[in-house]
Amino acid sequence: MENMKISVNNMNLYFGKKQILKDININFKTKKVTSLIGPSGCGKSTLLRSLNRMHDLTTDAIIEGVLKLDDKDIYDKQNSIIDIRKRVGMVFQKPNPLPKSIYENLAYALNIHKFPKEKIPALIESALKESYLWDEVKDELKKPAVKLSGGQQQRLCIARTVVLRPEVILMDEPCSALDPISTNKIEKLIMSLKNDYTIIIVTHNMQQAQRISDDVAFMYMGELVEFGTADQIFKNPQKELTKNYVNGHFG
Amino acid sequence: MKKKILYIFNWILLTGSTVIVTLFLGVILFDIFSKGLSSVSWSFISKFPGNGMTTGGILPAIIGTFLLTIVTTLFAVPFGVTCAIYLNEYAKPSLLTNIIRASIRNLAGIPSIIYGLFGLALFVQSLRMGTSVLSAGLTLGLLSLPYIITTTEEALKRIPNSMREATLALGATQFETIRDVVLPKSLPGILTGVILTLSRAAGETAPILFTGVAFYINTLTASLNQEFMALPYHLYMLSTQHNSIETVRPLAYGTSVVLILLVFTMNIVAFYIRFKHRTQE
Repeated sequence: MENMKISVNNMNLYFGKKQILKDININFKTKKVTSLIGPSGCGKSTLLRSLNRMHDLTTDAIIEGVLKLDDKDIYDKQNSIIDIRKRVGMVFQKPNPLPKSIYENLAYALNIHKFPKEKIPALIESALKESYLWDEVKDELKKPAVKLSGGQQQRLCIARTVVLRPEVILMDEPCSALDPISTNKIEKLIMSLKNDYTIIIVTHNMQQAQRISDDVAFMYMGELVEFGTADQIFKNPQKELTKNYVNGHFG
Repeated sequence: MKKKILYIFNWILLTGSTVIVTLFLGVILFDIFSKGLSSVSWSFISKFPGNGMTTGGILPAIIGTFLLTIVTTLFAVPFGVTCAIYLNEYAKPSLLTNIIRASIRNLAGIPSIIYGLFGLALFVQSLRMGTSVLSAGLTLGLLSLPYIITTTEEALKRIPNSMREATLALGATQFETIRDVVLPKSLPGILTGVILTLSRAAGETAPILFTGVAFYINTLTASLNQEFMALPYHLYMLSTQHNSIETVRPLAYGTSVVLILLVFTMNIVAFYIRFKHRTQE
């Protein structure tokens, strides 16, 4: 059990009176890619967003159970949400660069977390290199980030997350708004990032899940139906529901 | 065939209504500018009124309106914008916030003369500010608040939640998110609302009637505790209260031209900001 980065135990999540997640138990392994798959509305994004407390601003969200990052209770009132989010970064479905320059998009997080000023340029350069964006933008770091293409914007959002050196990166369908070439670049990026980070990704794309994941969790109607290695889930699923879904019979 | 007739009928109806509305505006503007433009000159806007206001210019009224608008801005903008930020960003949806929101919308519907009487009771008398630029500016500020709150809230609402999540997910606090992302992004929208509101307030007569506007003053003063002249009231006085209305009619038209140009300029600035913002997206 040493290599568990995030563990979720007996988790229930409600929006008001409606139960969205039912008794979820799942472990995300250190420096592995875990994909969350399942039909729309099954709760996979909701589960992902609970891992860095993105539901905190939703007034009627109620979360039960224990979610741990290493040994630390994610929802413990003693732990600062800012610290959790610094350790657990997030990339969203639609690229959402800040209305600032490319450089400032990365500098922003470093500044609010009070990184030493003199270290910032080097950190930004290495994050952009790590995200395979450096060669494309190194001569125009002052350009507004919104002028980049969709795929570049999404890699910038990944770089913006990476620059803080988090331990976990959550990705919520990061390729759903992108063309196949950009998607391909992001997948390569994910494969190289998993050497340093624990990655949890929500995806609707079965081929993608198969290509990039170590572990796969199949969810349906708010429940975790099956969890296993990618090979097992796609080639030898134990449950009928999982088999039907990965073979494209529904969803 | 039937469809075509219906189509033509609709076209006539819609175009007709638009033409009628613009026609009224056109007639009013033509009337005012054709009769007033000749009295507008440099000396008209740079001189005091003379000879029982039958000659001279409107300088004190321009300065008064200017000062008044500054007081209104300084009072209404900070309170209005922060209130909107609270309602849209912090307040949890509840019966109480709904009541607050409904009250603000209702305030926008109160006749301006009521604001005038309220300003007289509160600022002039209870708070002993007397009839002054300060009292009148604060009264106009109260009148402007609901509009500023509503337009600012609309501007904040247009910022997608994904923008807020971007910085929150990086570990920014809610305050940092509002300061660094939400406000800069919504600034053009907020400014447009603020300018349109102020241009409306600058043309108001009723709220300043009891709270500080004067018939005539002969000193140039920038003091907040003195009475002042203002363009809308000066116009009202020239057109209805003067003892030789016929003589001063050109001056009244000239004053309207200046007031309309002032309000137009503010509106054009607002449209420019909005236009520039739209082309940037």
